[in-house]
Amino acid sequence: MTVSTAKYGRRLWVSRIMMALSLISAVIGMFALAIILTTLFQRGVAGIGAHVFTEVTPPPGAEGGLLNSIYGSLFMTVVAVLVAMPLGVLAGTYLAEYGREARVAVLIRLVNDVLLSAPSIVIGLFIYQVMVKQMGHFSGWAGAMALAIIAVPVIVRTTEDMLRLIPDPLREAATALGAPRWHVISKVAFQAARAGIITGILLAIARISGETAPLLFTALGNNNWSADPNAPMASLPVTIFQFAGSPYENWKQLAWAGALIITSAVLLLNIVARLFRNPEAKR
Amino acid sequence: MSVADEAPPTAPMNAVSRRFARIDSLYRNITRFAAFTVFAVLIGVIASLYLGALPSIAKFGLAFLWTNAWNPVTEKFGALAQIYGTFVSSAISMLLAVPVGIGIAIFLTELSPWYVKRPVGIAVELLAGIPSIIYGMWGLFIFAPVLQTMVQPYVIDTFSGVPVLQDLFAGPPFGIGMGTAGVILAIMILPFVASITRDVFDGVPPVLKEAAYGLGCTRWEVLWNVVLPYARVGVTGGIMLALGRALGETMAVTFIIGNSHKISPSLFAPGTTISATIANEFAEAVGDIHVSALIELGLILFAITFAVLLTARYLLYRAEQRAGR
Repeated sequence: MTVSTAKYGRRLWVSRIMMALSLISAVIGMFALAIILTTLFQRGVAGIGAHVFTEVTPPPGAEGGLLNSIYGSLFMTVVAVLVAMPLGVLAGTYLAEYGREARVAVLIRLVNDVLLSAPSIVIGLFIYQVMVKQMGHFSGWAGAMALAIIAVPVIVRTTEDMLRLIPDPLREAATALGAPRWHVISKVAFQAARAGIITGILLAIARISGETAPLLFTALGNNNWSADPNAPMASLPVTIFQFAGSPYENWKQLAWAGALIITSAVLLLNIVARLFRNPEAKR
Repeated sequence: MSVADEAPPTAPMNAVSRRFARIDSLYRNITRFAAFTVFAVLIGVIASLYLGALPSIAKFGLAFLWTNAWNPVTEKFGALAQIYGTFVSSAISMLLAVPVGIGIAIFLTELSPWYVKRPVGIAVELLAGIPSIIYGMWGLFIFAPVLQTMVQPYVIDTFSGVPVLQDLFAGPPFGIGMGTAGVILAIMILPFVASITRDVFDGVPPVLKEAAYGLGCTRWEVLWNVVLPYARVGVTGGIMLALGRALGETMAVTFIIGNSHKISPSLFAPGTTISATIANEFAEAVGDIHVSALIELGLILFAITFAVLLTARYLLYRAEQRAGR
């Protein structure tokens, strides 16, 4: 009897130690992530002011802001979404509604996963090859297309997932009332999955608005004001990359401000996307 | 008579259903076109990278993969240092992120009360969305100086003279380098590993755990003997997806790896990765062969992540099959 309680005591201690270890690892992990966010906030707030939003990127040592980068990021993100949204939603619709179990759909699903996990810098190389090299110069259009290609697989995936969540009896009921397939899709399935599809688009925007690597040699970056999409265009992430790696104090300061702006935007988009999805989940 | 009565209504109905059928096939074709565009993009990526890499492939052949040379002036290129750096930095990050990530998942699924579980779970998911350049910046400005002044000198002193470790932790304390890049990568993929693992753990049927508890198992024994074996395949798949991210990551690494094309056994020495080399050199590359070699690097990176993704998909697919049963 005493032997078995001693044995049980040992087992209990092993369990306690392992649980303590996992608690410690959770604390370490959350601590590391919390530290990153607090330093980002401290340094970013120190660098932020009205000038950040009203002036263009300065030469080293001078006063200036990030206006051209913010404009460039907004422009390229909007164009990318306008391209990626119809393409992604339609492709997702095919996979969830018309394709379903077709062999082609299985293949396209796999291809979409490959694109989803492809390193973003490789997408940049692709756009460099097919657009920048052919046009002969870096441009805002090329940057926007690179971002679009990164956004498409995200939208395809969520659109398909959301449409599949809609129970088939809903479609069958509409069909039984005499509604043709396209009517069922656009008036029943889309209506029911709308919140989920919008969530996917918001997540795609969050994903591309922080992307740096695919813009490095497509939009390149631009230290002057330029709204011409046919010319090299500034963007927040590329400006941060350029400024953070520089030896100039005022550039580093702006890099932190830009980092704070991007992170806030991305977190905000993620939170809004979550709120959008939640009422759906409760029903 | 009755036939004649019924005939008129069916004629317009036919026109309507013909119109519906036309719209339907239009819908089907438009969506199918969009789906095939996705397919075409992948083919385009592979084809354009291959075409771009052709001059380099023709000049250096397969030896490109195991030659350690990167000299734009003499136009001699080999990708060994880049491939080595990509795998070593990712390996370090997985060694750190996987245990900690699983620890977080255990904490979230087994230990935490509900009022901690939800906010921490949401925080982890939100953190997975932070742009990687932020991690790189933090590594450069905050983490590297701390390592350089407070950690590395002592580690180097402590291990000098110890056979293997003195090579692993050798050299002047730069702060930046292979090890630093590995740690920052680990912090970056940590939320990813944690949230996937938590989802898989949550999918373990409670009945199995309850049965084990009923037999008198301790918490750890339930985890080790019931939860982990059940979740093994799914967790491995999730870890492979995280590995794919670490391998292809550019911005978190470029800031802090030091960008040296030398292979060094020391974790404190600067190195480079495939993506860091492309990010640093592509826009300024002059020679055609240099550009082509960089594109071939991109092709290699794509092939590596492709293989990792297929493995991950296969494992997750098997996990799903099992969960379905």
